[in-house]
Amino acid sequence: MPHHFPPDSVGLVTPQTLQFEEPLALDCGRSLAEYELVHETYGTLNADHSNAVLICHALSGDHHAAGCHEGADPNKPGWWDNCIGPGKPFDTREFFVVCCNNLGGCKGSTGPTSINPENRKPYGPDFPIVTVKDWVRSQARLADRLGIRRWAAVIGGSLGGMQAMQWAITYPDRVRHALVIAAAPRLSAQNIAFNEVARQAIISDPDFHHGHYYEFGVVPRRGLMIARMLGHITYLSDEGMRAKFGRELWEGTPNFNFNFDTEFQVESYLRHQGKAFVDRFDANTYLLMTKTLDYFDPAADFDQDLSAAFHRTQARFLVISFTSDWRFAPARSREIVRALVRAGREVSYSEISSEYGHDAFLMPIPLYHEALRGYLSRVAREVNLNGRDRESSPTIPPTAPVAAEANAHAT
Amino acid sequence: MRPELELISEWIRPGARVLDLGCGDGALLAYLHERRQVSGYGLEIDSANIVKCIQAGVNVIHADLEAGLEDFGDSSFDYVIMTQTLQAVRHTERLLDEMLRVGRQSIVTFPNFGFWRGRLQIALQGLMPVGKTLPYQWYDTPNVHLFTIRDFEALCRNKHIDILQRMVLDHAHQPRLGPRLWPNLLGEIALYRLGRA
Repeated sequence: MPHHFPPDSVGLVTPQTLQFEEPLALDCGRSLAEYELVHETYGTLNADHSNAVLICHALSGDHHAAGCHEGADPNKPGWWDNCIGPGKPFDTREFFVVCCNNLGGCKGSTGPTSINPENRKPYGPDFPIVTVKDWVRSQARLADRLGIRRWAAVIGGSLGGMQAMQWAITYPDRVRHALVIAAAPRLSAQNIAFNEVARQAIISDPDFHHGHYYEFGVVPRRGLMIARMLGHITYLSDEGMRAKFGRELWEGTPNFNFNFDTEFQVESYLRHQGKAFVDRFDANTYLLMTKTLDYFDPAADFDQDLSAAFHRTQARFLVISFTSDWRFAPARSREIVRALVRAGREVSYSEISSEYGHDAFLMPIPLYHEALRGYLSRVAREVNLNGRDRESSPTIPPTAPVAAEANAHAT
Repeated sequence: MRPELELISEWIRPGARVLDLGCGDGALLAYLHERRQVSGYGLEIDSANIVKCIQAGVNVIHADLEAGLEDFGDSSFDYVIMTQTLQAVRHTERLLDEMLRVGRQSIVTFPNFGFWRGRLQIALQGLMPVGKTLPYQWYDTPNVHLFTIRDFEALCRNKHIDILQRMVLDHAHQPRLGPRLWPNLLGEIALYRLGRA
């Protein structure tokens, strides 16, 4: 009996994989001779290909942003399902929504778990450390293949917001709107420090084997689990944790045991999150993604002047931050806004009150979703109006559609 | 549209860059964009108003005016506008300085506490003025500085702020003869265009 999805769900979705044969030169100096990008799309691309929206995922996200896969638990949809669907802020009746797993990921796009064509073994630690700029270049090729010349919007939270910024900087004429949520213009020393502790947890696990753990049939479970537990603390806020866990003891623990078993609710929660993560994520990918975060610094290419980096951008920006986010605090978003204002760019900025910490960008907070909905409904009107203008003026041909399906196959 | 906003738009050069302090739901900026093709931003602290600006397509930036305008460079706007807000900010003097630093000119509007009706309320009833432009009781008012047209102009003199243009509106919010002759008595709302040499 097929599951009936709610009317605002994109329903059953099937990931697609595109193969890219043209080598991709990377910031590290190496290049990928060939690679695959797994992605999902929701909604329909309009006649002049102007209604496409790119969703960029964060550290542990992937291409499965909305709906459900065949056979999967219908109560566990994609990671941003509360924002994507008919009538939701990224309204699939208006937009063609694209989300891909980034290079270096472990959910189907080429990454450390993929087979290195040079030696027929998994890349493991030999997979090049990719940067946000590399990702954006690879996503641009995906856009070419899908026949998308210009995104109506590029959107992301956290590391995803950094990709949205980079898109506007690298391809000014290919982004109409950039939505940068709970992001930062670059990591602080404190941010890098947390990433380093996470990396050391993984690297010092005896099962890590210098990253070649696949060959030993093991995974550095303890290290990856600790890394995730640490990460989780930085995604929540003090006030949020107090409200959710307080000092409550775990069920079955009436009193202190005076040992190191799980006693407090918060310990139980973190251990559960850590364990669940190990089953769905690769340690080499985690290492790589934290480095990608550390390296992101668009101002570095412009003499440390962020507003100079934004000078060439043509996109309109919506920047959103959350009051209790201390991983990428509102002050970090204001740095982005200040640079955009100094560059004379069009920008709106909203600081949403929330106690969910950094995780807030994934939560259905009413004012937050109203802001997204209000902004994107104007984007939809803009591209649809332009579409009608183009139809009535045959001198401007629509973007040549590229045979997107030619190399696509379901994973 | 409040008549006051229409009058402001007549002071604005087409295509100007504008910063609107305390922009509310973005009505003035949307109007100026349509009528005068201005570009720029509104600053607002209330999240619900910010959403309304976003829905209206107005560039809005969440900001606390009391913290100053340090994110904005000197003379980076043609006009910095503040309507009906000067009486509600704590650091009035500093904000005026900031407005004239960031904008080549500033436009300020405020309710005139010297308006005859308020004077009568105090003189005859012995009560703080409550009316159309001052709808609050003394205990729930957001207004922290109560001042008149004469007070404001004295401050401008002291601070060497040039009054480039002034318009005073009567109780019907029209710039009629009465408030032109006796502004501090017959004017309910005052509009100023300011500059600093």
